[in-house]
Amino acid sequence: MEACNTSDVTLRAFGCEHNLLSRPDGSASFVQGDTSVYAAVYGPAEVKVSKEIYDRATLEVLIQPKVGLPSVRERSQEQCVRETCEASLLLSLHPRSSLTLVLQVLHDDGSLLSCFLNAACMALMDAGLPMSCLFCGVTCAISADGQIITDPTAAQEKESRALMTFAVDSRERKVLMSTTKGSFSVHELQQCIAVSQKASEKMFQFYRDSVKRRYSKNL
Amino acid sequence: MKETPLSNCERDFLLKAIEEKKRLDGRQTYDYRKIKIKFGTDYGCCFVDLGLTRVMAQVSGELVAPKESRPNEGIMFFNIELSPMAAPTFEQGRQSELSVKLNRQLERCLRNSKCIDTESLCVVSGEKVWQIRVDVHMLNHDGNLMDAASIAAITALCHFRRPDVSIQGDEVTVYSPEERDPIPLSIYHMPISVSFSFFQQGTYLLVDPCEREERVMDGLLMIAMNKHREICSIQSSGGIMLLKEQVMRCSKIASVKVSEITELVVKALENDKKARKAGEKCGFAESLPQERITALKVGKTPVEVMDVTEQANDIVQKAESCSLTVHTRVPSPLVPVPGVGQVGQGQQTTWGLEEEEEEEEEEEEVDEEEESDNSSEQDKKVTKMEEEDSRGDVVEISDSEEEEVVILHPETADKALKNTGSSFHQKGAAPSKQKRKK
Repeated sequence: MEACNTSDVTLRAFGCEHNLLSRPDGSASFVQGDTSVYAAVYGPAEVKVSKEIYDRATLEVLIQPKVGLPSVRERSQEQCVRETCEASLLLSLHPRSSLTLVLQVLHDDGSLLSCFLNAACMALMDAGLPMSCLFCGVTCAISADGQIITDPTAAQEKESRALMTFAVDSRERKVLMSTTKGSFSVHELQQCIAVSQKASEKMFQFYRDSVKRRYSKNL
Repeated sequence: MKETPLSNCERDFLLKAIEEKKRLDGRQTYDYRKIKIKFGTDYGCCFVDLGLTRVMAQVSGELVAPKESRPNEGIMFFNIELSPMAAPTFEQGRQSELSVKLNRQLERCLRNSKCIDTESLCVVSGEKVWQIRVDVHMLNHDGNLMDAASIAAITALCHFRRPDVSIQGDEVTVYSPEERDPIPLSIYHMPISVSFSFFQQGTYLLVDPCEREERVMDGLLMIAMNKHREICSIQSSGGIMLLKEQVMRCSKIASVKVSEITELVVKALENDKKARKAGEKCGFAESLPQERITALKVGKTPVEVMDVTEQANDIVQKAESCSLTVHTRVPSPLVPVPGVGQVGQGQQTTWGLEEEEEEEEEEEEVDEEEESDNSSEQDKKVTKMEEEDSRGDVVEISDSEEEEVVILHPETADKALKNTGSSFHQKGAAPSKQKRKK
């Protein structure tokens, strides 16, 4: 079994801003390298009768591409994000209500889905919604020569043999969602999961730091 | 989501404040909110902040066939996206009245004013022209979306660079930005829209209304003008009657505002050009405010992957040992004779069968064995069918589906056809029955 080369396992510079839009109940922007995303959350609010669920809140995720209208690609990403959020949000605390999460692409330079997940988590935090745990997204690419690259750029994504995105929870570092593309061995998959779990520690530390910074003056 | 209605108290308060020449955010009557223009990483991407209203415009180009009526003119396409991010009342993918109104106004402001040389967008007359698409996304709605959209759209158009194209004979080559520098669009002038809101049937006038003011206003007048003081479009909505003097006064105010905004846009474009030339990093990631308490940015972070390989090995080995034990338990499926189709008949059913039925089935199998003397299987089936028919007993024979199919269609006309079908069923089912007997 090939040993994974550890030279390129870094996360690009990343940053976030909370509460930057006035209208939504919670909003955040998240930047990973040049990839940047806005997220806005509305709710819990009134729900359409057709979408009402009697024992929990209805979560709707909308992804807006930069050019044109949302297509199949956006729909599948929406589903990935929605399922991750549903897994961590305590939706049963707000029955018969609606939550809307809107994600807007500002620039796509690879690892877009993980950026969506991170922005979504930040916005949900900003909206103050009850969650059982936080989550973060990590994208791993396996290059043609078997190297694992975390947080790849668009060019690296294009050259890669396989691409995987995982959502990791903050309590037990378990995988909440995974989506993969391309071919890889079981061993490589396990390696990528392990790398993502390591990378998620950095993300959660960043979450902690940013929230600490934000509330530093209120204390 | 439904819009929260404005309470009467709020409405009265706002109107009273306007009567006293006061505004909620402390502005004077003719003041614009603070305008901030930022650019994205790629060409043709522009963010405009107008107070709290935030808008993003993205320009993109594509080679298409021209319209038949205008074979040597490029195509301009505008799309205003009222994203649900901007306000909870906006719905995705639905053309609301507001979005149609804004789209139309933007088209009149930028396309019909001929501010862009569409003929320079022609590549091969009648065959290939550039289609310039402007997508305007509303990110936060705090009033006066039109002005923010028009500033964002024209700035993005000025910022946009299309790929260079060369024609050799019939061959059209589009060069990537690395091969040849992309070309800016030729823009003659920059129309900018200025909005005026009227209150109390036109008695009071405010420039750049915020969202609250928009909700109590009686009418709206939008004037699109360039810095040469040429009016590009003018539109009044809300059904108020304006006097000639009022319109004239508005156009005078507009000309002042437009020259201010144009200056700002030109300055922003210059700054960006300089930054790009100097090779500085530009784009949204760089414009993240560092000093704000709500923002945080960290540099490139390495991830320790010391024991990742071992961890993965462990998991894989564990999984393999598990899967081995599982494999021994799973019985191999029954493989029918080649050329026999089979659906969902992997295993025998062990539940829901009662003692009697099993007995019956065994009887039947005995029958079958007796009949097996017959030369062909098909013949056997037919005889059996006839027997069943003569007995006319349907329920007692069996519960299994294959039998039922045979019994429910006893018509003589297509009997032969049915029988071949059912004989196949028999073949498929045969192994499982035999197995049960063992």
